[in-house]
Amino acid sequence: MSDLINNGKYKLNVGKIDEGFVIDHITPGKGLKLYHDMGLDKLDCSVAIIQNAFSRKMGKKDIIKVETSIDNFNLDIIRLLDHTATIDVIKDGQIIDKPELLLPKEVKNIIKCRNPRCISSIEQGLDQIFVLTDSKNAIYRCKYCETEYGDTK
Amino acid sequence: MRHLMTPLDLTVEELDDLMDVAEDIKADPQRYAHVCDGKLLATLFYEPSTRTRLSFEAAMLHLGGKTLGFADASSSSAAKGESVADTIRVVSCFADIAAMRHFKEGAPMVAAQFSGIPLINAGDGGHQHPTQTLTDLMTIRSDKGRLSDMTIGMCGDLKFGRTVHSLIRALLRYENIRFVFISPEELKLPDYIIEEIRSNDKVEYKELTKLEQALPELDVLYMTRVQRERFFNEEDYVRLKDFYILDANKMELASDDMIVLHPLPRVNEISVEVDKDKRARYFEQVRNGMYIRMALILMLLDIKPGKQ
Repeated sequence: MSDLINNGKYKLNVGKIDEGFVIDHITPGKGLKLYHDMGLDKLDCSVAIIQNAFSRKMGKKDIIKVETSIDNFNLDIIRLLDHTATIDVIKDGQIIDKPELLLPKEVKNIIKCRNPRCISSIEQGLDQIFVLTDSKNAIYRCKYCETEYGDTK
Repeated sequence: MRHLMTPLDLTVEELDDLMDVAEDIKADPQRYAHVCDGKLLATLFYEPSTRTRLSFEAAMLHLGGKTLGFADASSSSAAKGESVADTIRVVSCFADIAAMRHFKEGAPMVAAQFSGIPLINAGDGGHQHPTQTLTDLMTIRSDKGRLSDMTIGMCGDLKFGRTVHSLIRALLRYENIRFVFISPEELKLPDYIIEEIRSNDKVEYKELTKLEQALPELDVLYMTRVQRERFFNEEDYVRLKDFYILDANKMELASDDMIVLHPLPRVNEISVEVDKDKRARYFEQVRNGMYIRMALILMLLDIKPGKQ
């Protein structure tokens, strides 16, 4: 089977989109998380998630194609969730823009504080808010307990 | 309306003003004895505390005000599952100002978002304890006459000690500060605090394991307790709890004007024989804590003597 794939007999093809956006160069395995965290699972347009696609640059990558306008999305979250991902904005089947992805200064209800001693672990209805405290090293800290994202203390 | 969540909520100038007022109260308490007549302080203590709660209550009573509140979570509506947001909304209907201690880190910050009255963080888990830092700064300034140009030794549990982290951050704003951090390998300062120190070009620091080696060069020695509640393993606690014991012999290595501070409670890390040494300032530190809290209450309520 793998010989057949290597010989190019079986290839997964997902068609081009006319209007929408493509999140490319996603670290393999992170596509599904991006899909959920960006709220793409709540759309009723066509969305394609391609996992472990061939990439000259990365070896493997995930790709998400979304057939709707990019205007309603907070793209900065992508940079927070996966620093390798890029965006292509598509119109009339052509790439018309590759917006630069910046680290958001604050993120709300995207990531959760893992410090069991943080008030956000018990307070009802409290937003999970993280603040960018070091843009050079992409460090986010919980707004309440200042625990670094990813740090479990 | 202002709250106090971390010592850095106040500018260096505001801190100076606050300490001036505290010194003025200390010198002439009678002048301030009725400035808070008719005012109520709510002490919302979700975890037990002796010094801090009594210090806040004494502060308000000495200003002529009154206090109400609870001393542990089981006697509050938190036991029924009430959020801190709702609790502070309710308390805002009764009191003029509140001090909150909570076992969850960040709880006072959440409460402040919903509070209708000034709120003071009286300690949130291992996170912040700003009024202790104000107390420490006032004691250093009171004894040394300055908060710049000095060498400060911090000894003991530098890993989990929130008072140490908070004091370091506050002192980083002053000129020509040198730190000497004295701790066993397992209780060294966390990397992120070291990074903050390194990012300040005007501050020097070194890390040692022997207290005797550091003592001769210090202007201030800040001792801390190794906290049993921070250890998951009792063996580690037993091994480290008596790593440093400051006694009369070691005090002989220090200069005549070095002062010894401790946020208290102390266990074994300062031998009781040191209490008689005039350089032991930790009980004076407790007294200063009340005066600085009095000054803070006045500042947050925007009350000045003769102005009510």
